[in-house]
Amino acid sequence: MFYGTELTSRLMLGTAQYPSPQVLRDAIAASGAEVITVSLRREGREGGAFREILKDSGCRLLPNTAGCHSAREAVTTAQMARELFGTDWIKLEVIGHADTLQPDPFALVEAAHILCAEGFEVFPYTTEDLILGEKLIEAGCRVLMPWGAPIGSGQGLSNRSGLARMRAHFPDVPLVIDAGIGAPSQAAEAMEMGFDAVLLNTAVASARNPVAMARAFGQAVEAGLAAHEAGLMPRRDMARASTPVFGMAELAG
Amino acid sequence: MISVLGAGVAGLCAATALAERGLPVEVIEAATPPVSRLAGGMLAPFCEGESAPEVIVSRGQAAIGWWRARAKSFEQRGTLVVAAPRDAGELDRFARATRGHDWVRPDDLEPDLSGRFSAGLFFADEAHMDPHEALASLRERLVARGVAFREQPSGRIVDCRGIAARDRLRDLRAVRGEMLELHAPEVTLTRTIRLLHPRFPCYIVPRGKGRYMVGATMVESARDGAVTARSLMELLSAAWTVHPGFGEAEVVSTGAGLRPAFPDNIPRLRREGGRIHLNGMYRHGFLMAPVLACELAEEMAKETCHAH
Repeated sequence: MFYGTELTSRLMLGTAQYPSPQVLRDAIAASGAEVITVSLRREGREGGAFREILKDSGCRLLPNTAGCHSAREAVTTAQMARELFGTDWIKLEVIGHADTLQPDPFALVEAAHILCAEGFEVFPYTTEDLILGEKLIEAGCRVLMPWGAPIGSGQGLSNRSGLARMRAHFPDVPLVIDAGIGAPSQAAEAMEMGFDAVLLNTAVASARNPVAMARAFGQAVEAGLAAHEAGLMPRRDMARASTPVFGMAELAG
Repeated sequence: MISVLGAGVAGLCAATALAERGLPVEVIEAATPPVSRLAGGMLAPFCEGESAPEVIVSRGQAAIGWWRARAKSFEQRGTLVVAAPRDAGELDRFARATRGHDWVRPDDLEPDLSGRFSAGLFFADEAHMDPHEALASLRERLVARGVAFREQPSGRIVDCRGIAARDRLRDLRAVRGEMLELHAPEVTLTRTIRLLHPRFPCYIVPRGKGRYMVGATMVESARDGAVTARSLMELLSAAWTVHPGFGEAEVVSTGAGLRPAFPDNIPRLRREGGRIHLNGMYRHGFLMAPVLACELAEEMAKETCHAH
């Protein structure tokens, strides 16, 4: 449940960098995604034509504050998003580093406090840091979106054990892996680990065939979720015998 | 009489193709200068194939010969595609997504890039020109043929108004583009350079006498104000990555304009509301306008022929 909304597909799709709105529309349909993100910091109020195309997709829109470098910028952008899209949902991004696009944890918590108090339903783009996660929950967030790896890097779950700890630490908070996913196998891995959803953009938008890749991600996320729910067998260490070895012929020479 | 609305690259190519077919044509100009003057002026059908559909690659090639015969600034020196060492994977991806290229050492082609990039892709068949000159040349030729430039249309309308045709084409949207022109006498580059970058790709087109055009952003917005500081920083840092000599360049001019685009970003002819539209040029104006203009002229010549 994401702020009271149940989603069948656990894939969320970003909408930037596609070859055309037509390809984007086809990719969204092929992926089965029910939630798509949309940026407006750079496009401003005049980005209406593109936003209409997104609205026509029938998906639930998750506006984001991509491109914001301070809490104040993010808050203003969120307020504009609410006005333009008529939704309280906001994916909160406050960039701390222009190159890696790593979130600024301090400004993130500050902006989350303000937006939650204003009634926004905040999806904060965060790191796998547990204390930061707790501060965001304290601020009023009821979903967390830890990164897999830096935005657009395609590196997958670069701190797998850190993410596993986060999953264990917040058993009842919906956690969405956001950013860094490059391949369907990585998305499936996140779902197998028990994350609630995966959000990605570049891996689909810059594929040679975005529509086919979108479909592949949709299937991978579905498979990962099904595998998690079915209960994965534990990995076994076959180097250590757990039962006495018997029945082996002893060929005395 | 055929009245071509618009004197940007779409309108002038349409009028040229129609006039060359012997059809009576006039050009109706808007009060504002066309956004095509801000274009890169690249004729790069193969590079565009990285994100554009095959129709742009296959049909766009015809534009190279068309402009060679009509633009004095036309130069066929190919396109050199490079990436910073960290983004070498982008070059592999670009190579897989396109055709018509060879792997090269960039400094073999452009000695001024010596030691900066270890590998590059060379698209030998591509060309570039100066859009100001190319548009002015088309105009001169039309005037020489006796084509009138007026304010009010008197004939059958061919609508080439670019983004202004939003009033009639509901699915036409604006994609904002920003560019700048630098004067960098220290830098010697003789062909179009494309820098691949995961977020800030750019191209640099030589305009002669130490001048370079650096472009261009792609923003899903209809805001038509001046270039933003962020875009300027992105374009300048990309240019600086290609050659540090651009750090000492003079910024001669900057520009921002709205590209007209259909939902699939493919330029096309469309018959709607009693007129023919040539629109949706997106980032393929100089590449696709001659191709569509010739198609238009052929169709209209046939119609005239049947009418008699």
